[in-house]
Amino acid sequence: MKKPMKKNTNDVILESATTFITFIIFLFAVYLFFAGHYTPGGGFIGGLVTSSALVLILLAFDIKTLRQILPFDYKMVTAVGMLIAVLTASGALLFNVPFFTHAHGYFELPLFGKTSLHTAMLFDLGVYFVVVGVTMTIIQTIGESD
Amino acid sequence: MSLLHLAILLPLLASLFIPFLYKQFRSVHTGWFVLLVPLTLVIYFSQYISQTMAGETVTQSMQWIPSLGINFVAYLDGLGLLFALLITGIGTLVVLYSIYYLDAKKEALHNFYVYLLLFMTAMLGIVLSDNMIVLYMFWEMTSISSFLLIGYWYERERSRYGAQKSMLITVFGGLSMLGGISILSLLSGSFSIRESFSTLSTYSDDPLFLVALVLFLLAAFTKSAQFPFHIWLPDAMEAPTPVSAYLHSATMVKAGLYLVARMSPIFAETPLWFYLVSGVGMFTLFWGSLNAVKQVDLKAILAYSTISQLGLIMSLLGLGAAALQVEALPDSLYTIATVAAVFHLINHATFKGSLFMMAGIVDHETGTRDLRKLGGLSQLMPVTFTIAMIGTLSMAGVPPFNGFLSKEMFLTGVNQVSESGLFHLETFGFLFPLFAVVGSIFTFVYSLLIVYRTFLGPKQHDKLPKKPHEAPLGMLVSPIFLASLVILIGLFPNLLSNTLIRPAVEAILPQVLAAGGEIDVHIKLWHGFNTELLFTFIIITVGFLLFKTFPKWQSLYHRMPKSFSLNHQYDGLLRRGENVSTGIHDAVMTGYMRSYLVYIFGFIVLLVLSSLFFFDAFAFDVDPLSSISTYEIILVLVLVSSALSITFARSRLTSIILLGVAGYTVALFFVLFRAPDLALTQLVIETVSVALFLLVFYHMPEISRKEERIKFKLGNAAISILVGLSVTLVALASLSQRSFASIAKYYIDNVADLAAGGNMVNVILVDFRGFDTLFEISVLAIAGLGIYAMIHFRKTGGIDK
Repeated sequence: MKKPMKKNTNDVILESATTFITFIIFLFAVYLFFAGHYTPGGGFIGGLVTSSALVLILLAFDIKTLRQILPFDYKMVTAVGMLIAVLTASGALLFNVPFFTHAHGYFELPLFGKTSLHTAMLFDLGVYFVVVGVTMTIIQTIGESD
Repeated sequence: MSLLHLAILLPLLASLFIPFLYKQFRSVHTGWFVLLVPLTLVIYFSQYISQTMAGETVTQSMQWIPSLGINFVAYLDGLGLLFALLITGIGTLVVLYSIYYLDAKKEALHNFYVYLLLFMTAMLGIVLSDNMIVLYMFWEMTSISSFLLIGYWYERERSRYGAQKSMLITVFGGLSMLGGISILSLLSGSFSIRESFSTLSTYSDDPLFLVALVLFLLAAFTKSAQFPFHIWLPDAMEAPTPVSAYLHSATMVKAGLYLVARMSPIFAETPLWFYLVSGVGMFTLFWGSLNAVKQVDLKAILAYSTISQLGLIMSLLGLGAAALQVEALPDSLYTIATVAAVFHLINHATFKGSLFMMAGIVDHETGTRDLRKLGGLSQLMPVTFTIAMIGTLSMAGVPPFNGFLSKEMFLTGVNQVSESGLFHLETFGFLFPLFAVVGSIFTFVYSLLIVYRTFLGPKQHDKLPKKPHEAPLGMLVSPIFLASLVILIGLFPNLLSNTLIRPAVEAILPQVLAAGGEIDVHIKLWHGFNTELLFTFIIITVGFLLFKTFPKWQSLYHRMPKSFSLNHQYDGLLRRGENVSTGIHDAVMTGYMRSYLVYIFGFIVLLVLSSLFFFDAFAFDVDPLSSISTYEIILVLVLVSSALSITFARSRLTSIILLGVAGYTVALFFVLFRAPDLALTQLVIETVSVALFLLVFYHMPEISRKEERIKFKLGNAAISILVGLSVTLVALASLSQRSFASIAKYYIDNVADLAAGGNMVNVILVDFRGFDTLFEISVLAIAGLGIYAMIHFRKTGGIDK
């Protein structure tokens, strides 16, 4: 019944494909995250896509490898996400506007040129972290318990 | 965000730094840093005295959730200022005292001071909030910080018991108040206390008004330890003594009094208010002092004495309501009760604060608070003895201390109102003076007992765990300061009358001012020979006789059977509650996921179908439907066949794969209907959850074939079919009839203007309905932590190693 979570097979193709596909997925996740406000995407989807990249590593290699590559405590990632979300929402209070009032504006940034910046993105970043943190906490906890 | 808001929140903000200061400066007692906070605040608040004296109020508002009418409105008037000064003033002294009381090496000071500062903000928030929801939030914060402080020495069983008891009782009251707030705001249309007052006449006849009144009083009575809710206060004495002095005698237990005073303008004209507040208060005064006499623990006597004194102030606030009766209004004859309430509130804080600190000193220097072991300490601890003498004599109502003055005024108020004939008091009005005098006699007895059995009486130093000696100077500073105030106020009471008392009374009885009356506060040490002086004479004589004969009638207390006591009832209630919930839990929680799914789905079906039926909500209209394309038919067939096959799958792996098929097909539907966000999310979710399933797969038992009985299968089939049916019915009904205009239009119109976004789905998530998302990610985070804890604790056998 209890099978050790270790790779016994030697999936060369899967492993070598994973090494670069993971980055593509991750980049796609970042793209989705930033694109979210205008085109399909956002923190929730971005976070899920990131987790799927991590899950791919997990499937191709094993949980120890994942832990070596990304030595995060995913519970902390969740907490940081929650903190960012709550602080973004309550930051509005400092400017004497209701809780959760977003602000936005256009700025000249080096390299990017005229860019629209929006506090909603900060909130979305919190969502992103929470989603990644929670999925990875669950997967890691279940994966490690045997 | 104004300076006043900042002052309320300052302790909370400061508490963030306490753990760092504690770690960085281990050689300095953390209390010295904390001391700056209440000291700053007491100076800050005292500058408002001149404004409230002139009858001015300060209002600063900060928007919080304006769409619901919930704003952080800081409102400072005479009453609020009086409490704010008490909180910060006594707070300063208590923190100073705690520096010497709590050992920096042995105690977890960072916890202690964080809780204490949390409490300070909560308490300031209560007394300076005009918005009732904000007030409620701070109210519950005091319950929580009190819980944490009582349970500060959490390894002791009694501490945990006391903390739980206080939490259960005060939070029960808090929740009642929330109910009261809801009703009152529905009636008045506003969460603001002042606005509710200004529209009072429009709704005061509503029957729900009385319900709100009772709910508010429940909150006040639980918080201020009024009979029969007083039982939590003696158990709260497990907290460190500075906490007892601060929370459980000077400030938090007075929050109930504050609430009664604050809501008086709204409720006090109702006779029920008068009966309940004055009656419960009077009986608590009597009951508390009666029980205080039998205690053998120094702090337990003080606890019961606090209960009794709170009852006294409560009853005065109730009697003060007589001043608002129409026939009495212009002359404002009966305002003396309210004046006495405010005056005694200040006096009680001074003498009871000093007495608690005295009890702490005795405990600290002798190692025990048990009166059967103490005795004859007067020569060894002369300063502490003096403090105790001043405090107890003031409490007993002996001239020239401040307690005498307020007790005289109390007796005057009781006499006036009981003779007034208001509220049909002709018949049982005599009960008020009776209870007042009997309660005061017992107060006199236990006051003498405290001094006699601790400091005089036979010496028995061999019974003490420590060799007794006088406390260090730092520990004595705060009680000496308070004891000097006792004398100072006693000799020059009119120092307070215009500065603090009159503005506070004006805030409690605004109707008197509005009717052209005037509140004239003159406190005199000598009234001439009158009824009150006669009463005082009786109290002192009878009290002294009872004290002398105490050993003879002491045994009467043991006559009362234990099973009648309220504590016994409370414990029984708690035990029965636990038994019942264990019974329900064992019956319902089988440990099988499928049982839970049956509960959940069964309930959903019941709810949806019955509401569809009772509200006659079902409708089916083919007009808004678009035509069906070939792709859709194919997808539906795939979806249905995969879903049906799951039920017949023999192995779990097949089920997982089939479930995946169903999920991806739904994603394809989203693609078909041009919802890229949803399609993307669904695809990724499917992928991740199939991966999760595969991980869990290792740990799953083989599909159990135990429950293969036909009845079980039929039950499950019925529930699945009903769930499918109800969802379909709801979908058809909601498509076919629209009671409201679709909100989609609003989103489309405003997505670019209001939120500066292009993708509506995302803008809804992060902006329009950001609250939903915030709560969703909270739920997600809790679920993640829950799974982590469940699996992790299972591994270590329930203990985190």
